[in-house]
Amino acid sequence: MTSTPAELRPRRTAARAGSVFLSTHPRARLALLLSAPLFWLGLVYIVALVLLLVTAFWSVDSFTGQISQTWTLDNILTVITGSLYQTVTLRTLGVALLVTLIDVALALPIAFYMAKVATPRMQRILVIAVLTPLWASYLVKAYAWRSVLSQDGILEWLVAPFGGHTPGYGLPATIITLAYLWLPYVILPIYAGLERVPDSLLEASGDLGGKTWSTLRLVVFPLALPAIIAGTIFSFSLSLGDYITVNIVGGANQMLGNLVYTNVGAANNLPLASAIALIPIVIIFGYLFLVRRTGALDNL
Amino acid sequence: MKRIPRTARRGATVGLAIASIALLTACGTTAANDGGGEAADELGEFEGQVSLLAWPGYVEDGTNDPAVDWVTPFEEDTGCEVTSKTYGTSDEAFNLMKTGEYDVVAASGDASLRLVAAGDVAPVNTDLIPNYEGIYDFLKMQSWNSVDGEAYGVPHGYGANLLMYNTELFPEAPTSWDVVFDKASEHSGKVTAYDSPIYIADAALYLMHHQPGTGITNPYALDETQFKAAVDLLKEQRAHIGEYWSDYLKEIQAFETGDTVVGTSWQVIQNVLESSGAPTAVTLPEEGATGWSDTWMIASEAKNPNCAYAWLDYIASPEANAQATEYFGEAPSNEAACEFRSEGSCEAFHAGDEEYASQIWYWSTPIAECLDGRTDVECVDYSGWTEAWSEIKG
Repeated sequence: MTSTPAELRPRRTAARAGSVFLSTHPRARLALLLSAPLFWLGLVYIVALVLLLVTAFWSVDSFTGQISQTWTLDNILTVITGSLYQTVTLRTLGVALLVTLIDVALALPIAFYMAKVATPRMQRILVIAVLTPLWASYLVKAYAWRSVLSQDGILEWLVAPFGGHTPGYGLPATIITLAYLWLPYVILPIYAGLERVPDSLLEASGDLGGKTWSTLRLVVFPLALPAIIAGTIFSFSLSLGDYITVNIVGGANQMLGNLVYTNVGAANNLPLASAIALIPIVIIFGYLFLVRRTGALDNL
Repeated sequence: MKRIPRTARRGATVGLAIASIALLTACGTTAANDGGGEAADELGEFEGQVSLLAWPGYVEDGTNDPAVDWVTPFEEDTGCEVTSKTYGTSDEAFNLMKTGEYDVVAASGDASLRLVAAGDVAPVNTDLIPNYEGIYDFLKMQSWNSVDGEAYGVPHGYGANLLMYNTELFPEAPTSWDVVFDKASEHSGKVTAYDSPIYIADAALYLMHHQPGTGITNPYALDETQFKAAVDLLKEQRAHIGEYWSDYLKEIQAFETGDTVVGTSWQVIQNVLESSGAPTAVTLPEEGATGWSDTWMIASEAKNPNCAYAWLDYIASPEANAQATEYFGEAPSNEAACEFRSEGSCEAFHAGDEEYASQIWYWSTPIAECLDGRTDVECVDYSGWTEAWSEIKG
């Protein structure tokens, strides 16, 4: 064979040289690919967070608001021993758990219907229906609930003829609003998880004499469990850190987020705020540690 | 082959290290700034813009109500474009000033001294403000707007934190603050209170009149036992609070819907509610009230100091001062302002009445050295108040 004509030979451009280099040096390729996300994650996210949390070990001059950078454990001790912080932590945990329970209870039948019962066309419509509320801003939805739950709101109007009353502003209102806000985040992972359960398993269970409930309990539920836990991670951690909803519909109650917010915004005590912020971080790390073996983290 | 990744890795490490150091330095110590610089000697050319930080209702350019606008004439006169931000509590203002984004702040007495101490505001040369002349003398050089004989701003208006009530549930105006304290259970769940540590002074003022045994003579000078009495009173009140308010729009909505029926409020909130036809009214109870005497101050690092001076002069002028203070619902600080306010509005707020003004307990920052002059005890300072406030809310 004669040599290839010159015009058909690849030209030696810088881009070409670069791609030849990268194709023969897989590690350089990897470093180049990962540097941007690693920069983002490592520097912008983790380093900034760690720097913020380091503040927990500093103190603040209450009159001038200057932060003094002498190391002290005072804030951590205050947060651990103070009855205020224990009460608020328990309240926040309670709210987060209830919101999670409500969301899972609502999401399971919806997700099951979407994944296993609905026609493909219906399925698409339902996915859109679940996603639609996410298009509206968080604040719009929270304030909408403020007027729904108000004394002369629509809820009072609906239930008053039956002798009921709106819960008004307070913890029930907070739980209702948060459960509403996070519901799509719980439905979607469970739906995705259930979709992966082969229909043939359900049929096999039926063929072997399994009743509906036994099939659900012994076949569907164990297979969907990682997806359910994935959903709970969303509702639980989002509720744990929320402060806007409780500010809008929570009446006189505060959650951990409010304590952080007032200490940053009003009291100007960043060190104490950082110390308080450590509480939800510890809780959520504990939760992730507990569920890491269930495979839930692969479902996120 | 192995050489390249190692270099890449080292490069990444070095990059990370440099960036971390940069971040650490950025977060590093901000040198304590005491004093806040010198007052200006003379004014230069206008910068074309000025940013203001103020209570709601202090800087109106017609966006809230087309009839209410005293910013546009200022902009037309000076060419200084005004941008403004409102805040809900003095703590918020204090914190926002730390961003260095504002040239001018309208600060109440519970923030002004802290702003001076933190070096966030500069002394003001009142000779450069012609309208300063017209300000009531009893408002000048007070403990909340001057330090060591140096003026730190121009007095704005002053007024009281009033008691607001739903006229359908209270056909007759309540005469005492007991409707939110001892009798709060009658409207349990629909009582409101101002969401700021400084509200503890309202409880102290109530105790001053109803439990003389506590020996409170100044609601901002509370020793350990007096402070505890006030905090306990507020903890009892907490059971009946529907929600605390600091956002005045939230307060307006709560009174409109009937979720709140009684509690502290401002005249400006009543003005808005009245225009929407809500069944509310405000009153000054017999115990008197806490209140505010505000000061326009200039940031020590102001980017537009000349426009800032122009604003201070403008807002102290009889016309602008009349408009701003009448809209907010407070007494003006300029003697001549009453000529520009509507009939009777100055009398309603007892403008210029030194005697009446002394009945209002103006917000001041509580400090360890008792403000009432006692030297045998130590008073609870503001950080103690802040801590207690979180505890009261629980």
